[in-house]
Amino acid sequence: MDIIISNSSGKPIYEQITSQIKSMIISGELKEGDALPSMRLLAKELRISVITTKRAYDDLERDGFIESFTGKGSFVAQKNVEFIREEQLKAAEEHLKNAVCAAKSSGISRAELEEMLRILYEE
Amino acid sequence: MNSISLKNVSKEYRDFALRDVSFTVPQGSIMGLIGENGAGKTTVLKLVLNMIRADAGRIEVFGLDHIKNEREIKEQIGVVMEESCFYEALRCKEAAAILRNLFKTWDDALFRTYAERFGLPWEKQLKEFSRGMKMKLSIAAALSHRPRLLILDEATSGLDPVVRSEILDVFLDFIQDEEHSILISSHITSDLEKVADYITFLHEGRVVLSENKDKMLYGYGILKCGEKEFARIAPEDVLRCRRSAFGYEVLTADKNAAARKYPDLTLDSAALEDVMLLMIKGETV
Repeated sequence: MDIIISNSSGKPIYEQITSQIKSMIISGELKEGDALPSMRLLAKELRISVITTKRAYDDLERDGFIESFTGKGSFVAQKNVEFIREEQLKAAEEHLKNAVCAAKSSGISRAELEEMLRILYEE
Repeated sequence: MNSISLKNVSKEYRDFALRDVSFTVPQGSIMGLIGENGAGKTTVLKLVLNMIRADAGRIEVFGLDHIKNEREIKEQIGVVMEESCFYEALRCKEAAAILRNLFKTWDDALFRTYAERFGLPWEKQLKEFSRGMKMKLSIAAALSHRPRLLILDEATSGLDPVVRSEILDVFLDFIQDEEHSILISSHITSDLEKVADYITFLHEGRVVLSENKDKMLYGYGILKCGEKEFARIAPEDVLRCRRSAFGYEVLTADKNAAARKYPDLTLDSAALEDVMLLMIKGETV
């Protein structure tokens, strides 16, 4: 399991951790029931503070990706495929909204936009 | 549970006073004490260690009164002060012999392991040691009676990046046990930026800030703007500001809100050092 932290990215470190663990879960690299490293170990190996890894794990738990048990550690939660799909759908919608905004502000037609989407999707 | 708690602690000297200092170090965490030279960091550590007496306020270590239960508390603390406290003519093995008789829980084998890990010569007199080696010896000595709490005063100042990084690794190892905690003072804020969970910022004997480090790093921001734009910024968004010939630097406590409110201004994230500088050198509006 690789987690790469960038100090120059504007993204907070806890977000970098959550997004990488999320994508490992979605891609199936981490499977249901797999144990995650303890918060303290992760902090030590990444040389960051425990409070940062705790925040990352809390966020993952809140979003239903992992489950934590006192004294046992954290594990990948039962995969809720619908839920993850829903989240991705929301993200895609958000990006499309931005695209529509950009198009409208500079007079790009709907047909042109649809054509662009078709090409991008089939790439 | 808190490892250390200070409540309204004051100490008056003729030319310096520590006023109303309150903060807590939660168990399992690293608390960084920052502030410029003379801000009162060492005074706070000495108060916790009962090396000096407070004029007012209450100090608890492991939930116990720090004077009444001093002996019990000190068996469980490892302390590293800025200067090595060993007699220069001693060798490592002689230092170990002294410490063995000082602590009930002293572990000779553990001390040897640390000495080897740090590459400390066993038979060499301490006066031959470099500054880094002396600091490593102090840390090895502080850890070898298996304390629950480490108190360090400027443990990484004056050391090269390689040694500092080795020492930070030791701290991260120590904190793997959830019952262990560290209180460390330093003016090298980049070290604390990495490993500390909480930051307490002292200035002229007062606590300016005592906060979750991530909240500080990801909450605080610096707006950079010209005179005209500065007039637009609401006073409640300005924590401190600093003016130069070519514009303003404005420290704000909520970076995200500032980004929404003033989307056209340049907004940088604030490192601990920036927060420290602006809080001290900046002006309020």
